[in-house]
Amino acid sequence: MEYARPIPEENKLIIKKRNKNDKVIALVGNPNVGKSTVFNALTGLNQHTGNWPGKTVTNAQGYFETDKNSFVLVDLPGTYSLFAHSAEEEAARNFICFEKPDACIVICDATCLERNLNLVLQTLEITDKIIVCVNLMDEAKRKQIDVNLDALERFLGVPVVGISARNKKTLKKLTNALDKLILSDFTLNAYIPKYSEPIEEAIALVKDAISSALGEKINSRWLALRLFDADSLLLAELKRFFGFNITENERIKEALKTAKDALLEKGITTGDLNDMIVSSLVEDAFCINKKVTASDKSKISTDQKIDRLLTSRFTGYPVMLILLFFIFWLTITGANYPSGLLSKGFSYLENVLYNFLAQINLPAKVNEALSFGVFRVLSWVVSVMLPPMAIFFPLFTFLEDVGYLPRIAYNLDKPFKKCSACGKQALTMCMGFGCNAAGVTACRIIDSPRERLIAILTNNFVPCNGRFPAMISIITIFFIGSSGGLFSSFSAAFILSCVIVLGILMTLFMSSVLSKTLLKGIPSSFTLELPPYRRPQVIKIIVRSIFDRTLFVLGRAVSIAAPAGLIIWLLANITLAGTSLLGYLVNFLDPFAKLLGLDGELFMAFILGFPANEIVIPIALMAYTKGAVLTELGSLSQIQNILIANGWTQITACCTIIFSLFHFPCSTTMLTIKKETGSIKWTLAAFLIPTAVGMTLCFLVANIARFVSFIM
Amino acid sequence: MTFLSLNDIKPGEKATVSRITATGPIRRRLMDIGFTKNAHITCVGESPHRDPRAFLVRGAVIAIRSEDCKNILVYK
Repeated sequence: MEYARPIPEENKLIIKKRNKNDKVIALVGNPNVGKSTVFNALTGLNQHTGNWPGKTVTNAQGYFETDKNSFVLVDLPGTYSLFAHSAEEEAARNFICFEKPDACIVICDATCLERNLNLVLQTLEITDKIIVCVNLMDEAKRKQIDVNLDALERFLGVPVVGISARNKKTLKKLTNALDKLILSDFTLNAYIPKYSEPIEEAIALVKDAISSALGEKINSRWLALRLFDADSLLLAELKRFFGFNITENERIKEALKTAKDALLEKGITTGDLNDMIVSSLVEDAFCINKKVTASDKSKISTDQKIDRLLTSRFTGYPVMLILLFFIFWLTITGANYPSGLLSKGFSYLENVLYNFLAQINLPAKVNEALSFGVFRVLSWVVSVMLPPMAIFFPLFTFLEDVGYLPRIAYNLDKPFKKCSACGKQALTMCMGFGCNAAGVTACRIIDSPRERLIAILTNNFVPCNGRFPAMISIITIFFIGSSGGLFSSFSAAFILSCVIVLGILMTLFMSSVLSKTLLKGIPSSFTLELPPYRRPQVIKIIVRSIFDRTLFVLGRAVSIAAPAGLIIWLLANITLAGTSLLGYLVNFLDPFAKLLGLDGELFMAFILGFPANEIVIPIALMAYTKGAVLTELGSLSQIQNILIANGWTQITACCTIIFSLFHFPCSTTMLTIKKETGSIKWTLAAFLIPTAVGMTLCFLVANIARFVSFIM
Repeated sequence: MTFLSLNDIKPGEKATVSRITATGPIRRRLMDIGFTKNAHITCVGESPHRDPRAFLVRGAVIAIRSEDCKNILVYK
């Protein structure tokens, strides 16, 4: 299929050592065991973390030092195995095999050790320079699971350390073990998984041929196992590594044939062999786990009780809707007061700035452009956007950290399947609430290329954090009234929730349309891991979401709002034959915009808001007021007066909300889509589909409303 | 002994895997996450639409659709 494109080229990892003595360390592990948390804790970087499998989709590298050594740490995407069935698994396997890191740290989840051990064993087959790092020891203790680390170390013959990555102090054990492991004279006696007699005989045959033909450049036992059923991707990688096609080597070819014949004689086909290899490893993991882990299984776990509430037939949907409503209610209520305060503060500062610039004898026009153009748009962006974002982001991060997002995917899988899409799309959709670009990147967790593309193309149907605040203001002004009080914030949250539900329904509808037209196909198989709930770290969530996300997004909005504010002010104040340039532009756009229930200023604001959706309403306000002196104070009533003076009705408000929900993605999202799909055609589709939907809906709403008011 | 599929296991019930009849990538995936012969499975719940359902396998909870459950043969 032409849209199959697992790993974008630009994400291929190139190791950059800071000095030549740097040791390269790879972090390996199942999805969602805390690799990124360990990575962040060691390197001091801020890889995004969250409690859902598949969150790390790019390889990140960072640096850290101990007293003795300096390291380059590579965070590989989470994998269940190294048999390379998916792009992530292939990337992880290739890195461990062919890039030859100085050591691998295999991170395991102490609460789910058995399955993690499978990956440990697979890694041991490739290299013995590994440290098994059992993470989440604190969670395990809480769940009364006891892992005997000493026993595990004896079994595996490689260093085993237990940590709780969220508690940085425990990482000392890991770095100490690392220092010891990379000493050249450190001897290991690593466990090597054994298979049944016929398989071992076959391995021995091929292994000898490989070591005599290729030397010890690569683990010959591991290669022997893989060559029985090597896929074209592995063969290509091997060819690149050795410089020639090793299966054409006479000795290897001969040995492989003899071994396969011997196996066939015993009734073992290549397919059987694969199953036997996988089963044998899983069985090994089971036995080791049984000897080192003790848990009290008599009780029904708390997780299952919580799941019963969050995902059951009768409570699953209501809880989702209540959470949605509750988050918006908190956002709206909490943002109201600081928004007004910020707005007043900025109005005061605007005067101070204007007077100061006048005093230093700046030309009046330049002063006005700066004070009433640049500064005012900036202050609108900050006062309207910052409070809701600063409340919504932590709440959203909280749900992500606790582990609720996979439950949403679980609840909504059936509807998505009905639309021939993947349930994990619900998860990427949720990520879109934070940021559509992040949502698009998250689509890599979807294995089927067709379903992944559907998820990418429809991600923009849920509003990102940059679009909420404008919606909230418009809803409050035109549908609630700015009287304030508990009732009005409840109604505003209710209307906003309905808008979001409309976005979700549209996501489903368009997924279904795409599945029947451009991206025909049937839903593929999928497995979804429901990770254990984790106790959120409240302070860390707040700090991280404010500094890493809110301020970052705000910074981007402000850096775009400043020049945009200047442009609008200039357009409004440069006149040509009695009409301002802005007037010409607005008059040009107006007839078309009116058809959609909008107006020229607003439509232009949407276009100028392409780099950052946050600035749409501030830019429209600037276009309406043309940088004139404003008297009214207080954010909402001021905005309300400006909008009503410019002919806004409830229909305009309704169409603005619809168009804000359904229009082209912002430039960052577009770039991300281009990167992820590698195709101009699909990027264009991602632009056109939501825009067409929005325009159609706005047109219908505006004209039906006009028609109704005409006949009444 | 009658063979059942994972679809016959109700929430709260336990079973043991006897065979995987799925083919292609999903077969490998199921085996990687622990659905191999003799693995002990507990059905721990179902989603609001009763599909997919969640199974405890080798210490982790995995949700699987009914189409895939029918290719996992088990006995109680």
